[in-house]
Amino acid sequence: MQEEYLLTMRRIDKRFPGVLALNGVDFTLRDGEIHALMGENGAGKSTLIKVLTGVYQMDGGEIRLEGKPMVIHSPQDAQKKGISTVYQEITLCPNLTVAENIFIGRGKGVWVRQKSLEKRADEILSKLGIPARSTQLLGSCSLAVQQMVAIARAVDMNCKVLILDEPTSSLDDKEVNRLFDLMRDLKSRGVGIIFVTHFLDQVYAVSDRITVLRNGELVGEYLTEELPQIQLVSKMIGKELEELSSLSETEEKKTEEKEILYEAEGLSSTEALPFDFAIRRGEVNGFTGLLGSGRSESVRAIFGADKVTGGTVRINGKPVKISKPVDAMKHGIGYLAEDRKRDGIIAELSVRENIILALQVMNGMFKPISRSESEAFADEYIKVLNIKTASRETPVGSLSGGNQQKVILARWLLTHPDYLILDEPTRGIDVGTKLEIQKLVLKLAEEGVSVTFISSEVEEMLRTCSRLIVMRDRHVVGELTGQDLNQTQVMKTIAGGEA
Amino acid sequence: MKHFSFLKRKEPLNDTQLLMAITIGIFLIMYVSAIMLFGGGFNHAQQIFDMLNDNASLIIVSCGLTIVMIGGGIDISVGAVTSLTVMSCVLYLNRGGNIYVSILLALGIGLAFGLVQGFLISYLEIQPFIVTLAGMFFARGMTTILSVNPQKAAHKTFNALRAKKIEISWLGYKARNGNLVPARIELGVLVALVCVIFVFLMLRYIRMGRNTYAMGGNQQSALMLGINVKRTRFMTYVLSGLLSGIAGYVFMLHTGAGNATNAAGMEMNAIASSIIGGTLLTGGVGNVIGTFFGTLSLTTIKKIVVTSGLNDPWWQSITTGGMLCFFILLQSVVLGKRSKKKNT
Repeated sequence: MQEEYLLTMRRIDKRFPGVLALNGVDFTLRDGEIHALMGENGAGKSTLIKVLTGVYQMDGGEIRLEGKPMVIHSPQDAQKKGISTVYQEITLCPNLTVAENIFIGRGKGVWVRQKSLEKRADEILSKLGIPARSTQLLGSCSLAVQQMVAIARAVDMNCKVLILDEPTSSLDDKEVNRLFDLMRDLKSRGVGIIFVTHFLDQVYAVSDRITVLRNGELVGEYLTEELPQIQLVSKMIGKELEELSSLSETEEKKTEEKEILYEAEGLSSTEALPFDFAIRRGEVNGFTGLLGSGRSESVRAIFGADKVTGGTVRINGKPVKISKPVDAMKHGIGYLAEDRKRDGIIAELSVRENIILALQVMNGMFKPISRSESEAFADEYIKVLNIKTASRETPVGSLSGGNQQKVILARWLLTHPDYLILDEPTRGIDVGTKLEIQKLVLKLAEEGVSVTFISSEVEEMLRTCSRLIVMRDRHVVGELTGQDLNQTQVMKTIAGGEA
Repeated sequence: MKHFSFLKRKEPLNDTQLLMAITIGIFLIMYVSAIMLFGGGFNHAQQIFDMLNDNASLIIVSCGLTIVMIGGGIDISVGAVTSLTVMSCVLYLNRGGNIYVSILLALGIGLAFGLVQGFLISYLEIQPFIVTLAGMFFARGMTTILSVNPQKAAHKTFNALRAKKIEISWLGYKARNGNLVPARIELGVLVALVCVIFVFLMLRYIRMGRNTYAMGGNQQSALMLGINVKRTRFMTYVLSGLLSGIAGYVFMLHTGAGNATNAAGMEMNAIASSIIGGTLLTGGVGNVIGTFFGTLSLTTIKKIVVTSGLNDPWWQSITTGGMLCFFILLQSVVLGKRSKKKNT
């Protein structure tokens, strides 16, 4: 007789037209365990989650909860059976109160007793240490608190299995820690937590076990403490370690003293305080700092994405005026926005249409790009960037996050920019694609393109950038080059200890 | 008792309450300035009762539309359904129909439109604008088929019911000849007030009402929260249809005649009332008390226009348009200021 787990998924199969998304995957979850589910995009982790929550029906296999086999028909059905999910995007209603968000859709009967619900909600909130009032509108809470309210709802529904799907991607460090405290608290109450994330550090900070998927198959289940981070990465991407380390060697390469491409003095916008900035031809530099330190706002000022309020800008030594994105594009500057859903992709348009978008804008309305020309461009970049898409006419919205990012990258590369600004290009995408994008950045730099790179992961910045501009509280507080480019020094500068 | 004060802490007004407060405030300002400018008629309570008498059916229709709009939808068939109800009931009564059956007929027509439109929109997922546009044309066409010529109700019991008015003497005024003219309220106004109160209670305390807010706030979330979104949406259109039927009967009580052009443009006035009352077209925010005062504001401004001697109908349209713009501008400024404050 096998050991009874809280949740057992055995030999799960899921087929989509033309693809075997899950191929005989096993997954087990114990009581009071935080179990990280890891894998690249397309590895099948979100498919597995969706099978478990009833969004998809599995084609084969068996799910047992507390030893009892069960079939899950819909997300609501999953919730009733004790499997709750908290998604990356908050799936609550901002126009209702916290209390209503905890209880709505659950009660029976005609009348809603607000007062008693509010009282119960306050009890739950204080039990879980969530800093919110039950009568507050959800929309007036911070994202982190909204996420916790979603968790509180799940807990109050007596969930046995709690799935957290990328819960930390929009939270800052402090909020992440608060969330982790809550997760540990739930764990001690016996809730089994499945934690899906791209942040390796967070996996090691909070999880007990790790299950790795790759290409729809199970790679293995490991105890977190027995699996070094570097091995986890190699298991996820299925590549050997040398390839990983070969990338870090390029970091030694220094930009020779080439001419300055772009120079700004006292540049400011409605969102950014005045700052000086310069980049040489073929240089990769980066802005770093905590969330909200002004790093994104600064590069947006360079691109003219927010209203520029002052400062002088020179490109190739000649003064120019950049007050809106089109100006920047005409001067050979490309910008990959932080929020690709909002500022970047147009989900309904095809891969091809998204790729030629920026070029079309540059050419102007009256010089249309012919169909055959645009098809040729699209095919070329799909190949060069290894974009995984069914065809060039597939709507971008149906691609995975990493591939969407590559489409936007292709869009800018097509305009042959001299200077490319990448704001969080690797957020929310898998390790393999991350690596590809990092390599691409370095290759572009070799070809003479200047790149400004922003990432929340300092390690990634260290690997790609030869110069780091450190920001704190919307001010530039330091510039690091050469030997100073290391984690300790960056942390010190961010924290305020001078070199 | 520290905990107690924490729990009792008063929340700041939410968007719905704030917009409603603005509407009521502006209505009061408008009315008071009308009294000061024109005196006379505006001084009498009857003025307000007249506004209610004339607009009882609009108030009822607006209630229904507010529900639909809070749920994130739109229903532009309401005016035509009202008109069809009036015509059908008048014809029925004139053929010697029973008064109770005529009431059922009115409810039935409204309900039928609500059911069909609600089904098409919620379960077959067709755009509400298209469905109710089709419903509007259909109902208008049906009205004309029933009778091209105006039909006057000639039913004894009905006309007796029509003539029934509630008289409040202490709110009356002395006419020139010295006789006391008591304030008169039509029965339709009572029906309208009952509808307002019912819809208010429903949106506030009944599960389906809360679900409507959730659905309008974020449909996807509402679904994930386990709300039966399809049924909730269906119900909003059913209620809107039903209220259009009731409004039709009230309309008939007021005019006593059916006419193919009855309630022309009422749907637009109802949308305007809801918006002025603080209901957002995007859904999730709104309140029927606000809608009530929205209708009153709309009526007051029209009255002011007429009283100032601009009797031509286009002046009313122009001022209605101007007022709608003003309110929407005000809403977006106020809400914009709030969200900015929240972010800093």
